[in-house]
Amino acid sequence: MSADTVARTNGKTAAKPEKPSKVGAAATWADDRLGLAGLAKKNLRKVFPDHWSFMLGEIALWSFVVLLLTGVFLTLWYRPSMAEVVYDGSYSPLRGLEMSEAYMSALHISFDIRGGLLMRQVHHWAAMIFIASMFVHMMRVYFTGAFRKPRELNWVIGCLLLILGTLEGFTGYSLPDDLLSGTGIRAADGFMKSIPVIGTYASFFLFGGEFPGDSIIPRLYTVHVLLIPGVLLALIAAHMLLLVYHKHTQWPGPGRTEGNVVGFPMLPVYAAKAGGFFFIVFGVLTLMGGIISINPVWAYGPYNPAEVTAGSQPDWYMGWPDGALRIMPGIESHFFGLTLSWNVLLPIIVLPGVMFTILLMLPFIESWITQDKRDHHLLQRPRNAPTRTATMVALMTFIGLLWAAGGNDIIAIKMNLSINQITYFIRAAVFIGPVIAFIITRRWCISLQRHDNEKLLHGYESGIIMRDAQGGYSERHLPLPLERAYTLTARDRDDIFVPQLTTDDNGVSSPTARKDKLRGRLSQLWYGDNVQAPTRAELDEAHHHAELEHAHEVAMSGHAADGHQFDGRAESVSDNQLSSR
Amino acid sequence: MTAKGELERVENDLFDDPGLPAHEPRPTDVDDHLEKRAERQVALMFALSAVCTVLFCVSYFVFEIGDNPTELLGFGASNLTMGLFLGLALTLIGVGTIQWARKLMADTEIVEYRHAASSSEEDKVETLAALRQGTEESGIARRPLIRNSLLGSVLLLGAPAVIMLRDLGPLPGDKLYTTVWKRGMRVVQDVSGTPIRPQDMEVGQLVNGEPAVFFEEDAEGEPIYHGIELQQEKAKAAVVIVRMQPDDIKPWPGRENWGVDGILCYSKICTHVGCPISLWEQQTHHLLCPCHQSTFDLADNGKVIFGPAARHLPQLPLAVDDEGYLVATRDFTEAVGPSFWERNNDEPGDE
Amino acid sequence: MRLTQKLGSRITGRLSAHRRSRLAGPVVVLLALILTGGMFSLLAPASAEQKTADEDLVAKGRALFLVGCSSCHGKNGEGVPTEQGNQYGPSLVGVGAASVDFQVGTGRMPMAQPGTQALRKPPVYSEEETEALAAYVATLGPGPAVPAESETSTEDVDEEGVVEGGEFFRTNCTACHNFAGAGGALPRGRFAPSLDGVSNKHIYEAMLTGPQQMPVFSDEVLTPEDKRNIIAYLNEREESPKYGGFELGSLGPVTEGLAAWLVGMGALVGFAVWIAAHSTRSTKKKGGTA
Repeated sequence: MSADTVARTNGKTAAKPEKPSKVGAAATWADDRLGLAGLAKKNLRKVFPDHWSFMLGEIALWSFVVLLLTGVFLTLWYRPSMAEVVYDGSYSPLRGLEMSEAYMSALHISFDIRGGLLMRQVHHWAAMIFIASMFVHMMRVYFTGAFRKPRELNWVIGCLLLILGTLEGFTGYSLPDDLLSGTGIRAADGFMKSIPVIGTYASFFLFGGEFPGDSIIPRLYTVHVLLIPGVLLALIAAHMLLLVYHKHTQWPGPGRTEGNVVGFPMLPVYAAKAGGFFFIVFGVLTLMGGIISINPVWAYGPYNPAEVTAGSQPDWYMGWPDGALRIMPGIESHFFGLTLSWNVLLPIIVLPGVMFTILLMLPFIESWITQDKRDHHLLQRPRNAPTRTATMVALMTFIGLLWAAGGNDIIAIKMNLSINQITYFIRAAVFIGPVIAFIITRRWCISLQRHDNEKLLHGYESGIIMRDAQGGYSERHLPLPLERAYTLTARDRDDIFVPQLTTDDNGVSSPTARKDKLRGRLSQLWYGDNVQAPTRAELDEAHHHAELEHAHEVAMSGHAADGHQFDGRAESVSDNQLSSR
Repeated sequence: MTAKGELERVENDLFDDPGLPAHEPRPTDVDDHLEKRAERQVALMFALSAVCTVLFCVSYFVFEIGDNPTELLGFGASNLTMGLFLGLALTLIGVGTIQWARKLMADTEIVEYRHAASSSEEDKVETLAALRQGTEESGIARRPLIRNSLLGSVLLLGAPAVIMLRDLGPLPGDKLYTTVWKRGMRVVQDVSGTPIRPQDMEVGQLVNGEPAVFFEEDAEGEPIYHGIELQQEKAKAAVVIVRMQPDDIKPWPGRENWGVDGILCYSKICTHVGCPISLWEQQTHHLLCPCHQSTFDLADNGKVIFGPAARHLPQLPLAVDDEGYLVATRDFTEAVGPSFWERNNDEPGDE
Repeated sequence: MRLTQKLGSRITGRLSAHRRSRLAGPVVVLLALILTGGMFSLLAPASAEQKTADEDLVAKGRALFLVGCSSCHGKNGEGVPTEQGNQYGPSLVGVGAASVDFQVGTGRMPMAQPGTQALRKPPVYSEEETEALAAYVATLGPGPAVPAESETSTEDVDEEGVVEGGEFFRTNCTACHNFAGAGGALPRGRFAPSLDGVSNKHIYEAMLTGPQQMPVFSDEVLTPEDKRNIIAYLNEREESPKYGGFELGSLGPVTEGLAAWLVGMGALVGFAVWIAAHSTRSTKKKGGTA
């Protein structure tokens, strides 16, 4: 990697020898000790492509920074202790009540520390946004094929970040020890007890005895402020390093190839844009913390194992397993004096594990089927990978339906429905919905591909209505501009895997025959119905046809009516611009 | 395998790459007036941000919190103003910086070339050679005795890591099977500790109950249960007491005399994952769990009629003591709360 | 003696419906005490007058009842059974005046049509008519009387009472009505309504009589003082400022999650689009206009 691959100027001014400056002196001082110039020269002007969807991961990054900042503020007063104390703080409706020290300190932060409530609310909103933006970022990466070689490992790291972020959120949700978070911990105790053989032991070890015990809050606190954030930080660093090493993916277009990356340099444009976006993320989260109430712990009251509130729900990212728990029929097996609670084990222990494994495996499943071992740096439009897009939409439908089930009581009261009916509906819909979503999305993508090809072959709809000699009206189609046509066709042809002969010359069947057959079938499903970009012959044929029509019109009216006299466009594709290859 | 620096090209045999479009200047690039205006805009945003920061600091000191908080439009003034001003101060810096980048910083797109993620062939060869030589010199392949004994001893080090966790908590024992309920213990109302006489309850009444021992004191005037102990016992012993028309109740065989004049007592802890349940519908006799919507029929021995719970709600047999108050006749006949692996399911009813 | 007390409290209940002033409560109680005390000795004619007034009210109530209520509850409030043996309208024998005052006073009765649950709506009957209906239904069988204003007033509840009211509220009420009294779901499309803006008297009557699916909380177990404390806690919460900002209906994490996605993610993705959007271009050359 040599320095001359990186433009040092943007072309406005010629490079000239540097004058000694203060910045230069400081840089020299640092380089004499650290020797960073070699690294910095490549990265200071590192190129990032510009597209809104490339900023989604940045939302997650910056909300994580906000979480660190506000979290440190909260630790200055929060006390992770379950010792019973009598409240004598500012919030009078709870004064004189026995509560845990943890809850009292949460009230103290909310009512007696100026800005404490704000920081608590910003921290909570940031947590919600942190995980939401990871979800959205992950969907973007999947839909555009940015997870393909060489980026599979970064996908795996991203998945780990997602699950760790969820766990981090759950531990944080439990710390204030109010009625809602206590109910959550109580349910978690029930989840653990459902695990065969070790369940009860796991519960007693985690809680330091019987639920609720006096250990769970301090233990979750250590996990929340030390263990998980440490791992998160390390993984985020690895995620970013890999991003820098691989260089960002980009959309295909004129001048944008597999071999380059086109965009703005880190310094100054992306430093300003990314830095500015940090302030915007922090600002929006602070505005939310100031204006919208979140988790009003004082209203829930201290945790009491004999109390519960209607609308006891986890935060949104745990909503879908909770929904699975709600729609699961009550099935339990009893044998040899033992109990196996399928009704808890399946939805809350097994299902999230299965879903996470599927997510993790997605890039590897796809590359196994397609046998595509090439590097990919150009993104694919979701329509150009119909089966992949449909797979993610089916997964989203599955998660979305379970998420709705997790709020079935709120949906019931707000939409005047019956929770029983909602539950019955979703029990069926989680199986049928994803299938329907898969089929619709796949067909939809294929239709969009056809539409692209129509535009390539027959031009775009110009909005110009022509009247012919007989008085009939038709819309004039104009050829696409070259840039657009190039962008549309800048994609690989899909290569359906065809299994080799199952037997060799000696009649010995190949050891991989069965695997190949399966792969061939899956590859057919994956690619079989896709619409490929038109071939040279098809394009020629279409253009030839258009020319005939054109000549016909010239003969009829004496002048060419290609429509360009109306829109002033002249640079559309003509045959001499077609590739000579 | 592609060589370093050569990445496969997209198959596009239709059109030649027209190349990057020529740079078009922005209005601020060519018009000094607009450039000055954009500059002022950005500076104004930074200035406004500074104003908001000052206002934030003022709000910090001006508005009261605590016992007698300042109110503004029905909201807590401190949180509202601090959030608003700090949020605006931060957002304005962000918007200003990005506006600066969009309008004034050079905006010519530049090109950087990619290289394959893999190392060069010679690097690979050298690395492999070094690996091989290192392994060779260690003799790990030739000395399986050393290799295997090292492997075994290192693996065994996993044992201390697991054993060290043993004292995280006590073993379950039979703690999950018993509660503080026992023969003759009064059923009292939660919070107030009021004992209950059958005639105090009307048909359709619900009382959230606890065992009387939670409200009793020992010889020194200290409560018998307090703090964590109280929480732990409460988590198992909490009950709901309901009164129905005696004709509506269909007790299982052996449970005919578990109620008093249509008054029945059930565990409040859901058999699904342990939420306390007290959403009692007095007309249908159904009890709903607000966490996952398991529904139990209290007129029919606490049987599950809807939702994810798999077991009926345990019932506490009731009687009346000499002074006419409701008491338990014994502890629950089965473990209360969520199911667990070792739970012995000798179901008392017809389930 | 019991009878006279009952009569006395019924009078106070009725008068309190007219007088909403702060003094009315104590004054009415005082009047009622005088009335009760003197009833059997000196003021026989007054008692007779009172009785006629009562009878008039009952007669008026019965007339209203026959027109507005009897189609579901039966001509004598005995209830109308359906073919399946369920009650079309339940029997009103023994439900008491408090029940009528709650159901009619909150507009739940008369129902517009039979449904899963009677909904709160603007009352159909005036206060006098409600009082007459209550008086009539009370004659069908003994039941709880309408509480006097002094019984539902929370003015003398101190801070300790409010705290205890909160404890009672979280133990007995939040499971259905939610931590902020915003309401919650019950099986099969039924729901526990929001407690926002419900008067002290109606909350008290609901606890006393257990309307629809709501359980009864009798005075012997949940004493009148406990009930007042609960109401005081609710009032205190309603009066205190919204410390953290808009409460989104106080429905808990579901609405918070929705806000995070719609407001938070909406705004931030909007900013992302703006940051990456290409700004306008100019065809002018540098140095054109200054």
